[in-house]
Amino acid sequence: MRDGRWEIDANGMHYRALNARLREAVENGAECIVLRNVCGQRYIGANLHRPVEIHIYGTPGNDLAAFMDGPRIIVYGNAQDACGNTMNGGEVVIHGRAGDVTGYSIRGGKIFVRDDVGYRVGIHIKEYQEQRPFIVIGGTAQHFLGEYMAGGVLVVLGLTLRPGECHTATYIGTGMHGGVIYLRGKVADYQLGREVASVPLEDGDWALLRQLVQEFAAHFNRDAEEILAAPFTKLVPLSSRPYGRLYAY
Amino acid sequence: MCGLIGIMDTSGRCFSGHDIVVGISNMEERGNGLGAGFAVYGCYPQYADCYAFHVMYTRPDSRSQVEAFLREHFTWVHAEEVPHQPVTDLPNPPLIWRYFLQLPDSAHLSFQTKGRVPFDEAECVVDRVMRVNTAGLGAYIYSSGKDVGVFKGVGHPQQIAEYFGLEEYSGYLWTAHTRFPTNTPGWWGGAHPFGLLNWTVVHNGEISSYGTNRRYLEMMGYHCTMQTDTEVIAYAADFLMRRQGLPVEIAVRVMAAPLWDEIARMDPEEQALMRALRQVYGPLLINGPFTVIIARQGEMIGLTDRIRLRPLTAAIHGDRLYLASEEAPIRLICPQPERVWTPVGGEPIIGRLGESPREEAVWCVESSLYTCVS
Repeated sequence: MRDGRWEIDANGMHYRALNARLREAVENGAECIVLRNVCGQRYIGANLHRPVEIHIYGTPGNDLAAFMDGPRIIVYGNAQDACGNTMNGGEVVIHGRAGDVTGYSIRGGKIFVRDDVGYRVGIHIKEYQEQRPFIVIGGTAQHFLGEYMAGGVLVVLGLTLRPGECHTATYIGTGMHGGVIYLRGKVADYQLGREVASVPLEDGDWALLRQLVQEFAAHFNRDAEEILAAPFTKLVPLSSRPYGRLYAY
Repeated sequence: MCGLIGIMDTSGRCFSGHDIVVGISNMEERGNGLGAGFAVYGCYPQYADCYAFHVMYTRPDSRSQVEAFLREHFTWVHAEEVPHQPVTDLPNPPLIWRYFLQLPDSAHLSFQTKGRVPFDEAECVVDRVMRVNTAGLGAYIYSSGKDVGVFKGVGHPQQIAEYFGLEEYSGYLWTAHTRFPTNTPGWWGGAHPFGLLNWTVVHNGEISSYGTNRRYLEMMGYHCTMQTDTEVIAYAADFLMRRQGLPVEIAVRVMAAPLWDEIARMDPEEQALMRALRQVYGPLLINGPFTVIIARQGEMIGLTDRIRLRPLTAAIHGDRLYLASEEAPIRLICPQPERVWTPVGGEPIIGRLGESPREEAVWCVESSLYTCVS
């Protein structure tokens, strides 16, 4: 530890020990924590409620940043499943790809993923009053993107797609009843869940997208204007209660 | 929950159990100590032409009866207790023996082929395995292939690996499992892998179609005795790919059939094939969340259910193909693989002996479909 900067070698460490060390560092006023040799340890960043920067080298395990409220996590590698599970605030920046259910039930803060993500990303993300979560995916997503989405903003930039290649995700926005999804490029109708519709972007949409894409570009050293020059698709829910009449006769 | 991992060297180079133990042990949270196991291919080169039966005796007094049966129906090449550490902190390990056996030339005389002609050696072995397992002796043949061994029990992966001394074994294809039983008992026979002939299966998930699958397989002569859903996948693999002779790419379309709306978007020939598969083999659709690694001599197949309700990560480095529930265990063994990716649900990842592993394996599916149709 020096000047509020801590280094922890996570090699062979169990996740309980690692997270205890993290809490200890934060309680002792750490401002920047560097974790090296991370390999599969779960729940990193959970139960931390103060702004602190955590740099992760390696492959953090499932539920990275779960219930996190305030810290900023930067991963130099890939994240596994359920990154940002029920996160309340803070930021996660992943210089790689992320697994299934990224941003699972996130209710605040931001997640930026440089490359592709797995299934059910943004499942049941939600917003309330001032709390509004944002997930920005640089690559493309697998199926059930934004499933049961209840609020927040989900952006998929498709930068890993080859020229002319389209997003292949299907069941996009199945059960969606709040929030908005922006996809760079086009999707066919069959790729959408029954509960969403594609609508034209308005000025407010472009302003929001510009802000998020600029942040994304700054994190990963990309050209924001080039990314924004392509057409986007905006998806919104058809109803705020799609299943409200499911059992009503 | 459960965790699984498979490593295959497609060049056929053998390696010890060290890597697979490191990998499976990394996923500690995916198991709870109520079952772990390993399968290794290429581990019995000195008996490569023998059926290697691993037999678990939950009642030691049944050994003489089983051995009398094996002596009557097989040529006895070698037998021994499966070596294990004298420890242990493992609760109640059963007696486990292995038998290296061949079918005598006269086997066809004593085996009723039930209308299946000519005599089929594999059918004869399956029949005898099922006879022992259903005899009510508390004896279970849970590994019955050639040059392959299953080592499993109740414990954490590291404990089971130490118990059987797996660092001493070597093979070109290893799979491993750590169990977190949710619906069925954690007993030695219920640990994964499940094996029949050369097939072994490790599985994460739960099979809601188990009843349907089991009844169908029973009609085909397969009897479930291990009290766990995964068993049906091993028998379905044997039935579809060995007995029915379907290529892997077709068999996975039976077990993880594309959804009907997906089929509706296929071109007419492929649609006809998919509809035919669902009509003919409907009872072998594996429903519910699953990730499996199915292996046989020279082949490792990773597959998830069609909407991927359980995870699978694949990686390639040189001649090696890695499949695992998570990416971290792969990176622990191979820190910088050339390629890491997440396969799409229902798409098999296939490693074959003598073929460089490639991600594009999934795209070969289409061409093989048409080969099968024509």
